[in-house]
Amino acid sequence: MNDLLALFTEASPRPRNALLVLLALLVLAPLLIDRYLLSLMILVLYFAFVGQAWNIMMGLCGQLSLGHALYVGLGAYTAAALYQHFGLTPWLGMLAAVLVCVAMATLIGWLAFRFGIAGTYFALLTIAFAEFSRIGFDHFTWVGGSGGFFLKVVQQGTTDWLNLRGHPRMFYFLALALATGAFLLTAWLMRSRAGYYFRAIRDNEEAARAAGVDTFRYKMIAIQISAALTALAGVFFAFYYNNLFPEQIFNMGRSIEIILAPIIGGVGTLFGPVIGAALLTLLSEGLSELLQVLGIQAPGLKQILYGVALGLSIMFMPHGVWPGIARRFGLARDAKDAGK
Amino acid sequence: MPLDLVLNVLVSGLLTGLVYGLMALGLSVIYGVVRIVNFAHGELMALAMYVTVIAFAALKLDPLWMLLPVALAFFGLGYGLQRVLVNPFIDRPEHAQFMLLLALALILVNGLLLAFGPDARNVQVDYAMDSYQIGVLLVDKVRIVCAGVALLCCTLLWAIFRFTGFGKAIRACADNLLGARVVGLNVAHLYGLTFGIGCACVAVAGTLLTLLVDVTPASGPAYTLLAFIIVIIGGLGSMPGALAGGVLIGVSEAAAGIVFTPSAKSMVSFALLIAVLAFKPQGLFARR
Repeated sequence: MNDLLALFTEASPRPRNALLVLLALLVLAPLLIDRYLLSLMILVLYFAFVGQAWNIMMGLCGQLSLGHALYVGLGAYTAAALYQHFGLTPWLGMLAAVLVCVAMATLIGWLAFRFGIAGTYFALLTIAFAEFSRIGFDHFTWVGGSGGFFLKVVQQGTTDWLNLRGHPRMFYFLALALATGAFLLTAWLMRSRAGYYFRAIRDNEEAARAAGVDTFRYKMIAIQISAALTALAGVFFAFYYNNLFPEQIFNMGRSIEIILAPIIGGVGTLFGPVIGAALLTLLSEGLSELLQVLGIQAPGLKQILYGVALGLSIMFMPHGVWPGIARRFGLARDAKDAGK
Repeated sequence: MPLDLVLNVLVSGLLTGLVYGLMALGLSVIYGVVRIVNFAHGELMALAMYVTVIAFAALKLDPLWMLLPVALAFFGLGYGLQRVLVNPFIDRPEHAQFMLLLALALILVNGLLLAFGPDARNVQVDYAMDSYQIGVLLVDKVRIVCAGVALLCCTLLWAIFRFTGFGKAIRACADNLLGARVVGLNVAHLYGLTFGIGCACVAVAGTLLTLLVDVTPASGPAYTLLAFIIVIIGGLGSMPGALAGGVLIGVSEAAAGIVFTPSAKSMVSFALLIAVLAFKPQGLFARR
């Protein structure tokens, strides 16, 4: 806790004040923006949150997961099924979702780290689990199978915080709270003993082990924290969208969406996932608008342009956009802190 | 369950598996030498399938005639891809390589969608329904042809790596990169050739598969995953492993199709993959 306070007392005033102003603006934003912008902001915050969750595992600890949709899906289905079948409030559902996802992460981590599976092999193992679950849930009729699982929808006029039913504004504040929480958690982790161990493992696992770090244990902790946070994202997803299809939620494309923001923003940096999420949402919406204005209706064209943008950004900005921004605006201390 | 049905299904799974094996061989060769996982592998195969299907629709060219031109074209494409796009990423972290090839995959899949639409396309050859009767076995002619060509390609590949000068040079790069540089091998060029060979493999596999299955733009990512499963089960970078893994997956998919529902067949593949990674992560047929 002292470390968390230190973030605010020790950090140089400029970035700290900038952050506080940003947070205040975000809290006030729903008063000013319309429904469309609100839904975009929810998307940005959601991707900033899951990106941060992925970043803890990959950016800090160096374990590449390409199957994070697994935790989104498991978390979403757990809370949604408990709510729909037993009327359990999503707040307790979140607890169950976190437990399920941490158990799953423990299983995957134990299978992989026991034999020192890392890099490409680990990434493929995470894909395998996500795909396995996708097809499994297709045949899991208690939650609707491939036909989908739907939550009861209520009038949007009412806002029921207990059951997370109601106006998008509620989801905006929930997403903001989640994103802020994950941001603070990452900031705290970076200064904690575990955070230093994580980065030691990422940079040179052999050396970390030689220096006495229990690498198995700390890799497990990293994957468990990441899975727990992603489970919350899943619960948010379920109650925000009200419908779940295994084909969509466990899709590999979803896993890729999750990791784009931190990679474009800057892997292993505190601000990377946030900036990446904002940029990608802007890019995606901008492309849609542009094609609409030009009157072009071509399926796939937007995705092609998106692919070109991704390819160019990874070619010419190998560390993402954040390190450059940090240098430009004199926030370099953070960029260096982030290890890049 | 009648025995002859089981036998028939298993044999057709085995024959299809050999084509899968050729596809995975391309991925394995690239990984074994260049140490890059080609995340656009299935998308390249879908591209080859479309080339074949379009050539058939336009010129009534039998896919078997398309094998050589498609293989040569994809060899060139692979060489170019490696030299221009992938080579600068050789020393970059895995997630960066992944992003690059993912971007390529995204462009390929959606390019196909843009050009040809989402509908399934196929090739109708006049011998598609022919089959041979061997005892209780009833084997499709196209399956035998496909498996034969796939085996031939694998043998050819083995001979290239075993007997030709550049094949040996490529193996030298894989075994000892520093040594290969010291004796003056042009590593970037050899990597290009390897990527080209890998792409030619997947192109031949794709051309053959048009005789067996329909193609849609969305089948690209599915084949990428399938190729991953096969090479991990066989052992990444191992040539016999890729072929054996392909057969194993072909047979297990076919078996799962009759034991469970057909829609659950790839679940068996993923379960196999998880089991292999859990108990023998270096792959079933790895050398070490």
